Amino acid sequence: MRGGGIAALLAVAMLAALPAVLSSYAVTVFIFIFFYAYLGQAWNIVGGYAGQLSAGHAAFVGVGAYTSAMLSMTLGLTPWIGMFVGGLLSAALGALIGFLGFRFGLRGFYFVLLTVAFAEICRIVALNTDAVGGALGLYIGFTGNPRQFQFQDNRVYYYVALALMLAATGLVAVLERRRFGEYLRAIREDENACEALGVNTFKYKMLAMVLSSFLTGIGGTFYAYYLFSLQPNSVFGIPLSVEIIIRPIVGGAGTVLGPILGSFILSPLGEILPHLSLAGRLERAAPDRLRAPAHRGGAVLPPGGLSDFN
Amino acid sequence: MDPTLIGQGLLSGLLFGGVYSLMAVGLTLIFGVMRVVNFAHGDMMVWGMYLAWMLSTRLGVDPYLGFGLCAAALFLLGWAIQRGLVHRIVDAPHEMQILLMLGVALVLENAALVAFGPDPQRVRSPLTAATVWLGPIFVDVARLVTFGLALALTLALWFFLARTDLGQRIRAAADNPYGALVIGTDVGRVYAAAFGIGAACVGAAGALVSPILPFQPAGGLSLSVASFNIVIIGGMGSLVGAFAGGLLVSVAESLGAVFLAPSMKELVSFSLLIVILLFRPAGLFGKRGT
Repeated sequence: MRGGGIAALLAVAMLAALPAVLSSYAVTVFIFIFFYAYLGQAWNIVGGYAGQLSAGHAAFVGVGAYTSAMLSMTLGLTPWIGMFVGGLLSAALGALIGFLGFRFGLRGFYFVLLTVAFAEICRIVALNTDAVGGALGLYIGFTGNPRQFQFQDNRVYYYVALALMLAATGLVAVLERRRFGEYLRAIREDENACEALGVNTFKYKMLAMVLSSFLTGIGGTFYAYYLFSLQPNSVFGIPLSVEIIIRPIVGGAGTVLGPILGSFILSPLGEILPHLSLAGRLERAAPDRLRAPAHRGGAVLPPGGLSDFN
Repeated sequence: MDPTLIGQGLLSGLLFGGVYSLMAVGLTLIFGVMRVVNFAHGDMMVWGMYLAWMLSTRLGVDPYLGFGLCAAALFLLGWAIQRGLVHRIVDAPHEMQILLMLGVALVLENAALVAFGPDPQRVRSPLTAATVWLGPIFVDVARLVTFGLALALTLALWFFLARTDLGQRIRAAADNPYGALVIGTDVGRVYAAAFGIGAACVGAAGALVSPILPFQPAGGLSLSVASFNIVIIGGMGSLVGAFAGGLLVSVAESLGAVFLAPSMKELVSFSLLIVILLFRPAGLFGKRGT
């Protein structure tokens, strides 16, 4: 354990020092690695540990992103506060989805579809609500003011994303060792047995869902103020939900380091491969095309994900 | 609200429903037999559309004649995917199956992107311009023909499953794979045939709808989700449920487009899905407890 702690400290120190030597583009790649690892870690709580496969986590990113952006645009509220409001609204949506799914006993694929349906409804509503920009979406003007969650220097985003990833990972590492983490794993392995032993599985699944959607909603603010534009189809869409899921699953769902490992493997592939491919259309197609076999490998080879190897 | 408009919505929804039904029949067959949810279903459909487009632009074959070839090609693709990949994960946990099928979906989608480019396409057919007037309501001949062919294909599949030897083996393996194995069924081959037939159904659906619906490589995932909706609403694993569910969802979406707005039609089907999931998870036509 002590060796693991020292290794973790060394890794964090290295990541903290890295921007000093990285090119601006490499910093961007790392920002996406950290950000997707953060979202994957948030998903990991309910999808990995509790085994409740949500395929609609984009809904929480979207609600969080739209909330802080709208609060800042209409009321002038700083996104530093707006991100928590967005997180709370996402948590409320997560509580609603969780309540319906868990109270009505939806498991496996049925729960997957419930989460997809809610995310799609959010997308269609955002698409048809002119007050939040409708199909055009929202554009955030660049001011470079840190109070507005905007930074002139890309490296500040690097540290914000790193902090998000480390905070979520630390939280998961703590929860994993507590009774709460044990209950979630027990629910994933055998929910009926868990209930028979007197565990209130509904309560713990709800807590996992609410915590996971809260963290994902906070990530929405980072999404909004790093990309400066929100379109319903990309921020609420199924492809983003899939991006959130695949990293922890490839890295090892239900493990502390799985989402980080998965993100370090998959996020750079999507960034680097377009530059290696030769021409025109291949350039757009290559990342997904080459990433896809990696996903398949994750499913066919080590059943617990790649972190099973260590 | 103008009753003619509602009548028009009802009719065009019903006629378009044939395609939805055929998609869902393919999905429900694969699920019913293997208990694997085919996340690549929509991307297989997109490939059916592009094959119809190639037949039409390169060889001048009308999609209403060429859909059989598209179905045959998709049968081979489905067979190969089952033999090569899916058979490894038939007994694996849910998330592994979903991940594998998502991987297959991404490969198919991006292969289409490499082969055909990202722009939306539509197949030209002389039938798309033809309409027949029934009093104040017009009937789109392309939709009518599509509906007729989709209905005929579903009936043919039903006959195949009910009456032929291979069809009975497929149903036996669906009911009880172990029992089917004991009485000498090559379950692996039966699974591959079922996956191939499911893929052929959605391939035919893609070819038939290609003159009506513009398509692009990125459209696969939403078509998959549409198929999931229908199958859950009709009842997972039920052929009748998938067919009726297809018609129901299509009519509901079409009326949603009339009463709300065309861009909000999917709101109706997703709301319907949530209600069904909560109150009748076995679907309208499914057996309880399955």
